[in-house]
Amino acid sequence: MKFGKTLALFAALVLGFGVQAALAADAASDKDPIKIGVYLPLTGQNAFGGQLELEGVKLAHQEMPTVLGRPVELVVVDNKSDKVEAANAVKRLIERDKVVAFIGTYGSSLAMAGAEIGEKAGVPGVGTSCTNPLVTQGKKYYFRACFIDPYQGAAAATYAHDSLGAKKAAVLMDMTNDYAVGLSNFFTRSFKKLGGEVVANLKYSSGDQDFTAQLTELIAKNPDVVFMPAYFAEGAIIMKQARELGAKFRLMGGDAMDNPDTVKLGGKAVEGFLHTTFPYDPTMANMSEEAKRFTEAWKKAYPDKDTNVNGALGYNCYFLILDAIKRAGKAEPEAIAKALAETVELPTALGKLSINETHDAEMPVGIIEYKDGKRMYVGEVTPK
Amino acid sequence: MSFEMFLQHCFNALTLGSLYALIAIGYTMVYGILRLINFAHGDILMVGAYFIFFGTFAFGWPWAVAAVISVLAAGLLGVIIDRVAYKPLRDAPRISALISAIAVSFLIESLAVVIFTGQPRPVLQPEWLTNAWQIGNLRITHLAAFVPGMTIILVCILLYIVYRTKPGLAMRAISKDIETTRLLGVKVDNVIALTFGLGSALAAAAGIMWALRYPQVHPYMGVMPGLKAFIAAVFGGIGSIEGAVLGGVALGFVEIMTVAFMPELSGYRDAFAFILLVLVLLVKPTGLLGERMEEKI
Repeated sequence: MKFGKTLALFAALVLGFGVQAALAADAASDKDPIKIGVYLPLTGQNAFGGQLELEGVKLAHQEMPTVLGRPVELVVVDNKSDKVEAANAVKRLIERDKVVAFIGTYGSSLAMAGAEIGEKAGVPGVGTSCTNPLVTQGKKYYFRACFIDPYQGAAAATYAHDSLGAKKAAVLMDMTNDYAVGLSNFFTRSFKKLGGEVVANLKYSSGDQDFTAQLTELIAKNPDVVFMPAYFAEGAIIMKQARELGAKFRLMGGDAMDNPDTVKLGGKAVEGFLHTTFPYDPTMANMSEEAKRFTEAWKKAYPDKDTNVNGALGYNCYFLILDAIKRAGKAEPEAIAKALAETVELPTALGKLSINETHDAEMPVGIIEYKDGKRMYVGEVTPK
Repeated sequence: MSFEMFLQHCFNALTLGSLYALIAIGYTMVYGILRLINFAHGDILMVGAYFIFFGTFAFGWPWAVAAVISVLAAGLLGVIIDRVAYKPLRDAPRISALISAIAVSFLIESLAVVIFTGQPRPVLQPEWLTNAWQIGNLRITHLAAFVPGMTIILVCILLYIVYRTKPGLAMRAISKDIETTRLLGVKVDNVIALTFGLGSALAAAAGIMWALRYPQVHPYMGVMPGLKAFIAAVFGGIGSIEGAVLGGVALGFVEIMTVAFMPELSGYRDAFAFILLVLVLLVKPTGLLGERMEEKI
């Protein structure tokens, strides 16, 4: 080491200070890699989602490894599914690795911890799948590549009104669950705005297993559609009891119903059930160019893993940041944040993506329908 | 509200209430004899439901066969639990047995999570139970008639055992005075084991019907029904079998009718059930049919 330093000093002296320093400075701005941080839960309870998203980010990086003529370098840090670790991870990325922007994370509480650090340092971040509305609230430098939970409620209302032709709707929700309340409120608001009538708003508490009383009330009100943003286990019970009581209305849910167990638990009762989800699914009929590219790249890189939404979200985050850098024309945090906020209709693997004033991604919402015991991606809807 | 709709609500309430009643009897029997609140009771319900799940799915037994076997197996489990967790504490302060009961409850739940995993699983519903009679707008599934009917039959059998047989006489004697009964030559431990066996078998029967009505099994499925049934037992007068039946059915009606008459408050139906319980206990501290007993604690 000592010898190396002496040699370097000697060389510098020989070549002349001024010339050398000027050359080094030029090289730094033109040839040095642009560093983008990634903080995701790669271990701990959220590791499953974090791993998939990292795979998506890496896939995008392989596809487009340079921007503005400079190579992009990913700096990956594990946030260990822990809030404190998440904050430390972002701190490390900004202070030690000097990243110009960062990607992550899965999990809303982890995203909030990391966003706080990025906000103070003035470095933009893009969340992958943190869907709680609070995550980007009041943040100037934090964005997300996903839509917020309640957005799906509005999408479900639009689909029920415009595509199913429903005039009367009702809501059945777990009133102790933020997710369910958020989706239900947005559903009610949008459905009324579209000119429909919401004839009943019934509630239950987490852990309830008997819905016969609520369903009897709903049957009496005779709505065309009942929106119930439940989790799949209780959702399946609601479907079965509705079927037993002879309900004629159609049931709709949110992405919490998007689970292979929905069919297993619901059996025949899932027939005709609809739910919203992210606009990517291996069963979709007309894939966009970007979705096709993602699907093919994924199959090539990870042949033994199915394509999935988390992978697509990670993939999108990377392109979202690169697009912002391109439009900003320079890799500086302030300029990237400004460009990110101005993202409009960027074609992505999840449809055309825009960033709205609360820094959430707006994109079409996918609709899944269960037909003949099979889960089918039947189309997309842009919430009104 | 139309009359038909009211009837529909009544049937829903009767079905739910019968299930509570069946579970409540198990609590009340054990309490009547040992003054012990068997917190593991709801978990035996869960085990019973899992037995029938495995009987029908893994071994392919006909539903009725699997039901009988799982009731017997759960009865045996009740006897074993008594031998392992409660019998050694028979002479210890009552609080020790209570803590042991809570421990058994957690043990069964955790074991179930380890063995069966936490994932909910679908339960087979025999075709003849999911069909329904349609009378005008009134729709009664065969299940909604089957559950109360089965409850009546089981309660009759139980009442016969308790009031018309020798072991039943011994049970009633123990509930009055355990020491004297022992002095009279009754094998008290065997009678207590029988009580646990019967109570657990009833819990399993309730678990099987619960899984028919709410067709999923998961390791924590017994917690809420167990808690509600305990409330029903207290409501009816803990220690009294008739009281448990009455309390269970009453609780079912309160829950359903809260939603029926006040749909906007449908999320608070448990709160209404508990408020009613508090009111009844304020007026009649021993519950609806409870006898005043000298406190032994």
